[in-house]
Amino acid sequence: MTQNRQKTPVKRRDFIRKSLHTVAGLTIGGLAGILFSKSSSEEMVWQLDPSICIQCEKCAVNCVLPNSSVKCVHSFSMCGYCDLCSGYLQPGTRNRDTGAESQLCPSGAITRNYIETPYFEYTIDEKLCIGCGKCVKGCGSFGNGSLYLQNRHERCLNCNQCSIARRCPSEAWKRVPASRPYILRGDESQKFLKG
Amino acid sequence: MKQSRIKKGKIFITIFLLLCPLLCLSQIQERFPKPDFETDYLRPDFLAPLPRAAAWEYIDIFVLAAALFLATYFAFKLRSRRNIFFLMVFSLAYFGFFRKGCVCSIGAIQNVSLALFNPEYAIPLSVIVFFILPLIVALFYGRTFCAAVCPLGAIQDAVVLKPTKVPKGLESVLGLLPYIYLGLAVLFAVTGTGFIICQYDPFIGFFRFGADFNMVIFGMSMLVLGTVVARPYCRFLCPYGVLLNWMSRLSKRHVRITPDECNNCRLCEESCPFGSIKKPDEAAPPANKEADIRRLALVFVLLPVLVIGSGWAGSLLNISLSHQHATVSLAEEILLENSGRRPEMTDETKAFRASGKPTEELYAEAKAVQQQFKRGGWILGGFIGLIICLKFIGLFSRRRQLEYDMDKGTCLSCGRCFSYCPYEQVRLGLLSPEEADRLGTKEKKIKQFRA
Repeated sequence: MTQNRQKTPVKRRDFIRKSLHTVAGLTIGGLAGILFSKSSSEEMVWQLDPSICIQCEKCAVNCVLPNSSVKCVHSFSMCGYCDLCSGYLQPGTRNRDTGAESQLCPSGAITRNYIETPYFEYTIDEKLCIGCGKCVKGCGSFGNGSLYLQNRHERCLNCNQCSIARRCPSEAWKRVPASRPYILRGDESQKFLKG
Repeated sequence: MKQSRIKKGKIFITIFLLLCPLLCLSQIQERFPKPDFETDYLRPDFLAPLPRAAAWEYIDIFVLAAALFLATYFAFKLRSRRNIFFLMVFSLAYFGFFRKGCVCSIGAIQNVSLALFNPEYAIPLSVIVFFILPLIVALFYGRTFCAAVCPLGAIQDAVVLKPTKVPKGLESVLGLLPYIYLGLAVLFAVTGTGFIICQYDPFIGFFRFGADFNMVIFGMSMLVLGTVVARPYCRFLCPYGVLLNWMSRLSKRHVRITPDECNNCRLCEESCPFGSIKKPDEAAPPANKEADIRRLALVFVLLPVLVIGSGWAGSLLNISLSHQHATVSLAEEILLENSGRRPEMTDETKAFRASGKPTEELYAEAKAVQQQFKRGGWILGGFIGLIICLKFIGLFSRRRQLEYDMDKGTCLSCGRCFSYCPYEQVRLGLLSPEEADRLGTKEKKIKQFRA
């Protein structure tokens, strides 16, 4: 009797511990099962939907990278190649030239090349582009809307919580599958449609 | 006269608001025809660089599994702090600086919560593995993940210079913070508010060599504090540590200070910078056992009251917590503007008005989110109340400690204490068994008590 009394507390604690261990194991197993049933084998990456974007310029300053991973991209298939480009030139500027005072881009990231009268080609230097979207706004309000912002994945660190997405006022940012990582315009829009 | 002017103004605003969506749509409008070039100009190719290859995901999973295996092997078989330290440095380099700290097991809590409650979110395989694998290892072998695999633990472990003791009372009060942090993080993730663990991660800025001002200040102060209070984030904030603590308490096996039997030589007493070594009790079984039982009974009686009370307190937080949700804060701003109390529009409200969504719909959504927060607040509060009760129960149902042993919940299996044990020195062949026996102070007393 006395022996039993001495042994019981140890056994009881042991029993409780063992059953809790089993319960914890089953919980983890169950959780893993549920999660695997909801999983996708693919990684998700961040992208902004240019049709919702309002060019608030927050992409330029809220990325964790010193130079934002958001860049302006140019759909040449939509571009009108205008001489008076509202994405390139300051509104109301006197000269249609490449002078710094005439340019809309704060970092001079857009290059203007003469092709043939009256057409000019505009290309983006992504090293200089800060992703502010000033040109996007200009092109969208008076031009064809061939300039738009995209998150460039060779730069993006793919943070678990994108710090731009958190501050996006129009909720244009979302997670997209890594095999279709862009939301494109013009002829390119077909590029990533086939998974 | 005045009335009609206001009316006119209202009509104008209405027309403007109706036109807003049209303006937005007109963003992609072919105002200028595509040019027909006469020269042989070719349009440049469109470049769309892809994210890092999918294979990396599997490499990460493999490295994680290998690191966990090695950490456990070093702690149990080799009992080598040196190897654990080198593995820790490797993990800091790989998971921290090479992979830039994302995704990590701590942050994965939020992805998992989101996946469980939001059917639209497909959780990537690697995130599941990062969440589950360390927990499974902890359930069998203790928190070896914390010792040598977690990059956030590693960066703090590297700066432990002169660790001081945190007073026991303060330690258990601060020990409640991780539970609150875990509860809030799950609540914010489930409601789709955001991932606060990632937002307030103190060290990720170091891994990326870039962070905003607050993050740098928080990270630096954590590291400076970490020189005197070992691993402050792990002990007093880390929400994943809560889960690992639970698993480790129930673990099948756990590292021990001594490879042999403890002879209470007291040499390891001060070796743990995290205060995880339990000292043997000097006195015989507590004389006031009845008082403890009475207190225990009181806690059990008060448990439902405390849980419901703190649940209610949590539900009161729903207004201030739901402010953080984008929909709720937008609805509040729209309300302010529509009532004319704030004249200027923000980017958020401009975007909302351009989307052409009816205000009533937004208000209804915001109400629903607030309801979610109310329910979540009840659960969060109740959870915290339960944890406080459990802490008291643990306090009043303590068993007498006979030898030096680690607290299985908080021990990180870092292996610092191993070399302090004379029997470890015997195992390494540096000391003879007799010498080690002689170091024991209370050997006889304890043996007598056991008999």
